Amino acid sequence: MKEGSALPKNETYYHSVRLDVEKCKGCTICLKHCPTEAIRIRNNRATILSERCIDCGECIKVCKHHAKVAVTDPLDIIHKKRYAIALPAPTLYAQFPGEHKATAIIAALFRLGFDDVFEVARGAEVVSYAIGKTLISQDRTLPVISSACPAIVRMIQINFPSLIENIIDIVSPMEAAAKIAKEEFARKHGVPAQEIGAYFITPCAAKVTAVRAPIGQEESYVDGVISILDVYTAMNAFIKEGFEPFEIDRASAVGIRWAAPGGEATAVGSRNALCVDGIENVMRVLEQIENNRFDRLDYFEGLACVNGCLGGPLTVENAYVAKNRLNRIIKHAEQKKVNRTAIFEHAQDTLRMTKPIEPNNVLQLEGSIFERLEKAERIEQVLASLPGLDCGSCGSPTCRALAWDIVHGDASEMNCIHKLNERISALASQMIELERSTRFSSPQEGEKTQLRAKEESSHEAFRV
Amino acid sequence: MIKETYPVKAGDMTAAGDVSARIKRQMKQLGISAPIMRRISVCTYEAEINLVIHSLGGELTFEIMPGKILVCARDRGPGIADIDKAMTEGWSTASNEVRNMGFGAGMGLPNMKRNADEFSITSQVGVGTEISMGFLI
Ligand SMILES: Nc1ncnc2c1ncn2[C@@H]1O[C@H](COP(=O)(O)OP(=O)(O)O)[C@@H](O)[C@H]1O
Ligand code: SF4
Ligand SMILES: [Mg+2]
Repeated sequence: MKEGSALPKNETYYHSVRLDVEKCKGCTICLKHCPTEAIRIRNNRATILSERCIDCGECIKVCKHHAKVAVTDPLDIIHKKRYAIALPAPTLYAQFPGEHKATAIIAALFRLGFDDVFEVARGAEVVSYAIGKTLISQDRTLPVISSACPAIVRMIQINFPSLIENIIDIVSPMEAAAKIAKEEFARKHGVPAQEIGAYFITPCAAKVTAVRAPIGQEESYVDGVISILDVYTAMNAFIKEGFEPFEIDRASAVGIRWAAPGGEATAVGSRNALCVDGIENVMRVLEQIENNRFDRLDYFEGLACVNGCLGGPLTVENAYVAKNRLNRIIKHAEQKKVNRTAIFEHAQDTLRMTKPIEPNNVLQLEGSIFERLEKAERIEQVLASLPGLDCGSCGSPTCRALAWDIVHGDASEMNCIHKLNERISALASQMIELERSTRFSSPQEGEKTQLRAKEESSHEAFRV
Repeated sequence: MIKETYPVKAGDMTAAGDVSARIKRQMKQLGISAPIMRRISVCTYEAEINLVIHSLGGELTFEIMPGKILVCARDRGPGIADIDKAMTEGWSTASNEVRNMGFGAGMGLPNMKRNADEFSITSQVGVGTEISMGFLI
């Protein structure tokens, strides 16, 4: 591998997904699975190209050595402010073995030390209401694209900039929940809003990034993001012990359903939605949407994880098992949207994004249009000289990616093991040729004896 | 300037869309603005699909010139007998098989004309069709 390759490092991009160098073996599994080609293997270790990473967590899921990790906040963070509200993602309800209603799980959150619990599913109800209104009332570019999965929003910023205008300009259920939870708590207990912290219990790495480096907002309403993996064991023990009754406003099926693919489209009242899970599938369909293939579609729900958030990288339970459980939890939950029209009406206007979503130009070559054209041509030339196997052994995900890296000075042709092999074979035959020619030319006397001695000794060795 | 030629095979539905995807990637590299890219994508995709489902095979060319991008589709036949009809919204000769795959709404040519800044089509039965679309950048 090339020494000192200058892969871009940009500290302005925050990411939850990181590499544990100690555990990385330098294999090519994550390299081949990264949907934005954000990984390179250099000096026998993976590196993540910060400006391309969308925190989807695919690499976490595929790495057999557990070298890809998601940085989340420790449970301790709930002491950061005087009061702590837990914001459980509906996915959390489906994680625990046995026949539990969401009630038992919410009770366990109180026992973890939270002062209050506000279901993210309630945030989802308000967001559903607001999106539903937009769908019927406004003159919008169709299909309206969901903004709920931050990995998909970031994917669109990079790969489908022309679809940015289709993304619904309403914040995610997590943000809605954090905002309303704090407002309600402050009102109910008469305490200042600054003393209240809202902490999201997450199945998802992308949500951590969405809180630290929000899209569409200056700042997140969420004060911390705690992984389901970090609270699972303690919660499971609490759940087994039974629970004391508590009083909070509960979410309905409408909001809880958002955890699984299609739940959101149902909740917003779309008449012709397309719901896709799994980031590769989402990319293929977005490509088709960009080509105007679906003209009657009103809503597109794309989820990076297979099985939606139930298949999130920080979940414990198998996503299919979780889906079955969620269905039963939904049956037990209130079926109709609880009548909170007044709150909805009030909230929907404050849930608009306050910042435009900008395209991310990482796929664009730098320089003037002439320089870009020239580089593009060089990429094609380099690509033509590569074998086209897309094997990843060079440490770049595809031959085209290696060509890009070479043109940017981040790799050399000799990164390609097949090119290297060719070169070595050529050198080897040159050496043989050279050796033969030196043997038959007449060397100086001294050298001649040495050569003969050497030959004889090698014959000796052969005889033995 | 850049000029790229991509062959398109007749009848190969599994590859339909590959060429427009490659052209799109090239446009992203070059930093063509999103709204223009969208219009070009729609046009190249429709042109590519037409080559696959209606023609005997041909090629797409993508060319960048000062102030303008030119996309051309050329094929080796069968040609279009009545261009006015072909340009009518909803008019299509696509087979049932093709319609079952979700194509053949008869909107391809009208959409190309609508999305391109310059549009021209010439065709000769037994020889082939040539469509040229210009986009101001
Ligand atoms: N390259 C081509 N070669 C021959 N015929 C074509 C070609 N492109 C279009 N046509 C004819 O024009 C008609 C209209 O094309 P289009 O508007 O793209 O609709 P569609 O492809 O859905 O039929 C086609 O059904 C076909 O008869
Ligand atoms: S599908 Fe859900 S868990 Fe997966 S990245 Fe998107 S928001 Fe996160
Ligand atoms: Mg057509």
